[in-house]
Amino acid sequence: MVLVNLILILLLGGVVAAVSERVSSTTPRQVALLVIVLAFLYLVSELSGLDSLNQLQPSTPNDPNSWLIHFKASWIPAFGISIEFALDGLSLLMVLLTLVLGAIAVSASWTDITERHGFFEANLLWTIAGVLGVFMALDLFLFFLFWEVMLIPMYFLIAIWGHENRGYAAMKFFIFTQASGLLMLVATLALVAVYRDSMGHYSFSYFDLLNTPMAKNTAWWLMLGFFVAFVVKLPGFPFHTWLPDAHTQAPTAGSVILAGILLKTGAYGLIRFTVPLFPDAALEFSNVALTLGVAGIIYGAVLAFGQTDFKRLVAYSSVSHMGFILLGVYAWNELALQGAVMQMVAHGFSTAALFMIAGSLQERLHTREMPKMSGLWQSMPRMGAMAMFFVLASLGLPGLGNFVAEFLVLLGLFQVNPWLTVLASMGLITGAIYSLMLMQRSFQGEPNPQLETKTLTDFGSRELLTMAVMVIALVVLGIYPQPVLDIAQMTIASTLKFGLPGAMP
Amino acid sequence: MNELAVPLNHLLFLSGLLFSIGMLGVMIRRNIIFILMSIEVMLNACALAFVGAGAHWGQPDGQVMYVMILSIAAAEVAVGLGLVLQIQRRFKTLDMDQANRMRG
Amino acid sequence: MTDYIWLIPILPLISSITLMLGSAYLGRSVIATLGVGSVGLAAVLTGALAYNFLHAPEPIHVVYWTWMQVGQFDPSIAFYFDGLTLVMMSVITGVGFLIHLFSSEFMEHDNSYARYFAYLNMFVAAMLILVLADNLLLMYLGWEGVGTCSYLLVGFWYQHSANGRAARKAFIVTRIGDTAMAIGLLVLFTELGTLNIQDLVAAAQAKWQVGDVIPLLICVLLLAGAAGKSAQLPLHTWLPDAMAGPTPVSALIHAATMVTAGVYLIARTHGLFLLSPDAMTVVAVVGLLTSLVAAFTALAQHDIKRILAYSTISQIGYMFLALGVGAWTAGVFHLMTHAFFKALLFLGSGAIIHCLHHEHDIFKMGGLRSRMPVTFWSFLIGSAALAALPLTSGFFSKDLILLQAYQQANIGPLLWVGGLGGALLTAIYSFRLVFIVFFGHANTSPDREIGWRMAIPLILLCALSLIGGYFSLPVEKVFPIDDNQHPDQWVELVSISIPIFGVFLAYLLFLGRQLDPGFLIESASGRWLKQFWYSGWKIDRLYDLALVNPYYWIATIARNEPVDKFYQSIVITNQTLNAALSKMQTGRMRGYIVSMVIGLIGFLGLSLFFVAGAV
Repeated sequence: MVLVNLILILLLGGVVAAVSERVSSTTPRQVALLVIVLAFLYLVSELSGLDSLNQLQPSTPNDPNSWLIHFKASWIPAFGISIEFALDGLSLLMVLLTLVLGAIAVSASWTDITERHGFFEANLLWTIAGVLGVFMALDLFLFFLFWEVMLIPMYFLIAIWGHENRGYAAMKFFIFTQASGLLMLVATLALVAVYRDSMGHYSFSYFDLLNTPMAKNTAWWLMLGFFVAFVVKLPGFPFHTWLPDAHTQAPTAGSVILAGILLKTGAYGLIRFTVPLFPDAALEFSNVALTLGVAGIIYGAVLAFGQTDFKRLVAYSSVSHMGFILLGVYAWNELALQGAVMQMVAHGFSTAALFMIAGSLQERLHTREMPKMSGLWQSMPRMGAMAMFFVLASLGLPGLGNFVAEFLVLLGLFQVNPWLTVLASMGLITGAIYSLMLMQRSFQGEPNPQLETKTLTDFGSRELLTMAVMVIALVVLGIYPQPVLDIAQMTIASTLKFGLPGAMP
Repeated sequence: MNELAVPLNHLLFLSGLLFSIGMLGVMIRRNIIFILMSIEVMLNACALAFVGAGAHWGQPDGQVMYVMILSIAAAEVAVGLGLVLQIQRRFKTLDMDQANRMRG
Repeated sequence: MTDYIWLIPILPLISSITLMLGSAYLGRSVIATLGVGSVGLAAVLTGALAYNFLHAPEPIHVVYWTWMQVGQFDPSIAFYFDGLTLVMMSVITGVGFLIHLFSSEFMEHDNSYARYFAYLNMFVAAMLILVLADNLLLMYLGWEGVGTCSYLLVGFWYQHSANGRAARKAFIVTRIGDTAMAIGLLVLFTELGTLNIQDLVAAAQAKWQVGDVIPLLICVLLLAGAAGKSAQLPLHTWLPDAMAGPTPVSALIHAATMVTAGVYLIARTHGLFLLSPDAMTVVAVVGLLTSLVAAFTALAQHDIKRILAYSTISQIGYMFLALGVGAWTAGVFHLMTHAFFKALLFLGSGAIIHCLHHEHDIFKMGGLRSRMPVTFWSFLIGSAALAALPLTSGFFSKDLILLQAYQQANIGPLLWVGGLGGALLTAIYSFRLVFIVFFGHANTSPDREIGWRMAIPLILLCALSLIGGYFSLPVEKVFPIDDNQHPDQWVELVSISIPIFGVFLAYLLFLGRQLDPGFLIESASGRWLKQFWYSGWKIDRLYDLALVNPYYWIATIARNEPVDKFYQSIVITNQTLNAALSKMQTGRMRGYIVSMVIGLIGFLGLSLFFVAGAV
């Protein structure tokens, strides 16, 4: 029930936030923050009593009782659809990341949003509820439901509060995700049909569908359906083109949620569903996926370098970083998977912070174009220092979380495919090039006389506090990542047995 | 099976003729009143076919359908005339070629 | 007794963080005290550590915590301390402290005093972690850390975009080497299952024979990393540009410590290099070529700092040469003496620049001998050590390298001749600098003489440059003992006399003017050669053409997202279809009805045709 309550808290909290605008225009954001903090505390208090978490027992994928929390209630029994939520190490990490970044997103929206506050915060909370559902639902029908639930409020966030070209960006985001989601729905239904043919009854439960016997050809097509849905969301090359537009046009809080959490649902889906459900097909496909990953890393980095829009540059850097996740998943060994999970967490923080900085710049300068910036360090040294920190994190400076992730991915991949690893590590160089260029064009260089330096206010205490959370998170992840690795290990150790048997070292 | 005074084929021919006249009227008239009247003609053509066929087989269904068509026609005329009034107000004309706001 | 070893890197780190957080609230004297004091304290602790170590020379290995543990992969945050580490730490904290002290006066009027010391302290911390690391991954942390601090400090005066460009170049060029090194780490772990330096050297020696291919591959990758950091061919181009940073930074990072990290890396993993004689030869040849190319380039420069930068590249080339011929101790010895005299020279040039309104061009100086006596004497001593004149520290280390190079098995004499050529050039360019800057006509006048905080480091470094050659390094347990025979007497004699001859030549050319090479310089080929050397053998131009410009070009072409053209084409197809189909929506009801009827008749006809058979 804990997991259902968690989602209900956020859904109802969204309604309360929407209504609370009648009190005053500042109430919704306070309500939203309160709701997220409440949900967080609720989850933590419920988890602290669990022995299985303290002992870090690995959870077996096909035995729901070995998971940390498992909830199942019948919904549409005729088709074997149930309300089934479960939490294991991977889900737990993602849920915690979601709640923390959710709070950060509310902070990012604090002064950024100037109209319809209540509806904005409601959409934010509903998106988060949808994402939580995605991370916890283990009934494939329910999973699809939440996949859509997180999409629609996000569409509103972009379409209503976005920047100048918001309609186009929101529509593009919606169509890409929706079309690929439908592929997943078709694949899910087909999978259930295959299951019924061999078992005689319907079931949408993940635990039942694992190890469904099926013809090689069938598995291949179904795997492709899931793969495309998740890779569009990730986004992997060449399905990434919605991302730069959506990120650039979304309001700051939207970008934080989008980059920090929504992209991770794609990675989560790959690890949770695509590979374990169709291990043989995924193995056959792994070379294609790895190539796409490397292509994404380099392509994203080169295009990031070519951008003049601050947010667009950061968006392309996400494409590049997500390539590492694709590599980590399809190398499918312990090192690489740990790296992929680490990248999901670390990238969540580093990119969210960069988008917040971009948003703060837009709020102050009313532009995102870097040629109109230059020398901002002079008037905003705190913001500059923060930007420098996160830029260094994003280029993979050792001692910060992203390095651990990228190194583990490369180390794992090297055991599977050394040549692709060499190509992928070019991403370390290209990453440095675009990251430093970002710094140069915005904060360094001669101060631009056209910007009246008087009106530029540096980060205030709210923004500094938010940044400090992310700085500390990245430093801890960088020098003592073991807790995260241990929790992820609960899932990875057992999930490994389900996928890509040939790729095991 | 009772023998009819008029052969069924004649009835059906008449019904088809009425239907074609009505359809032609719908297609070529521009005034919406005439279009509505043509639709009535088409409905009655169908009703005639029902009644004829019902009489032919000695079944009451034909008459039942006739009553139903009658009531539908009444409802349709009520809605249709309401629309005609609105069109007259909006467009100041009953010429349907003028009321072409929905062109692509 | 050695529990406090973790304090040594932590002290500057804490100071750095304090300075970053408190930059707006701290006064200048507090900032200076914190910045200089933390490194001073680290130096004192290093001294205590050295005292203990010299009495009981046992390596210390301290594990603090497991960094990350994934399956077999479990690098620790752990320090390994032995004689080699001690030498490096002494240089870092000792010379580092002097340079911090010098900076406290040099940067006194800068607006970002706190930021400067924060970066500089961060650098010291990272460099200490680099040399203390017990595994290559932690070393890589320090390695990238110092690179980052170097980037921050080269671009310290960020208001000029040229500085930013130099900083980026430094970071990216070294990152190319770093990436090769990272790949080397991947190979090492995949092959040996550990990154702990002591373990992996032992495992490598157990697993491979001398001359195997994989050690060669690993060594070449590590060499690429070392070449990037230590500015060796072909990745040396960043160092001269890195002189855009404040001069004490050049002294600390780009002369004494960071650029010698590559030498440290190879010395630390010498067990691997011993497995691959080919890789050793590559190291030696790279070192020798670099030292010659850089020495020629230094000869043609005008900017005082660029001369010193190229001289640094050239001297590190000597260290690589030493490592390549297996003269590990000599290489590290030269690292230490070079740290003394090159820091001295950079600080001296800093003093000149400080007192001459940021003048860098040596031809606009002149006659400073009497007006800046402290600086003059330090420059003279530094140049003498650099030129390896007898009895200076540089003489002992360079002589050792040349003699051991001579005894290398295959191409020893060739390396020796090349090294001698480099030594001759070194003597010429270093005394060209002294004669032009301190003698002759005065072209500008200094507006002040330096204060005590700048003078004391100079004087102490003078002393170190003179007596540094008599230190004996506690590294006999680190490196294999070399049992070389002493070469013939004449080899040594020639090695000693070449630098003296070089200084004499420089005197004739630049001070006494007995030799006038004007006709050579003015000839067409002479002018071309001078230009060629001045531009650093046009290597920058080559890289621009081959790498930088194409990258810009691709980024410019691709910036509008070529992949999206595909999706756009779907959109355009739909829009075209939409435009075509919506023309059919005329809005005339009669039209719709006619089309309905036609459709109905057609459909009925078809169904009659197919369902009922031929009508």
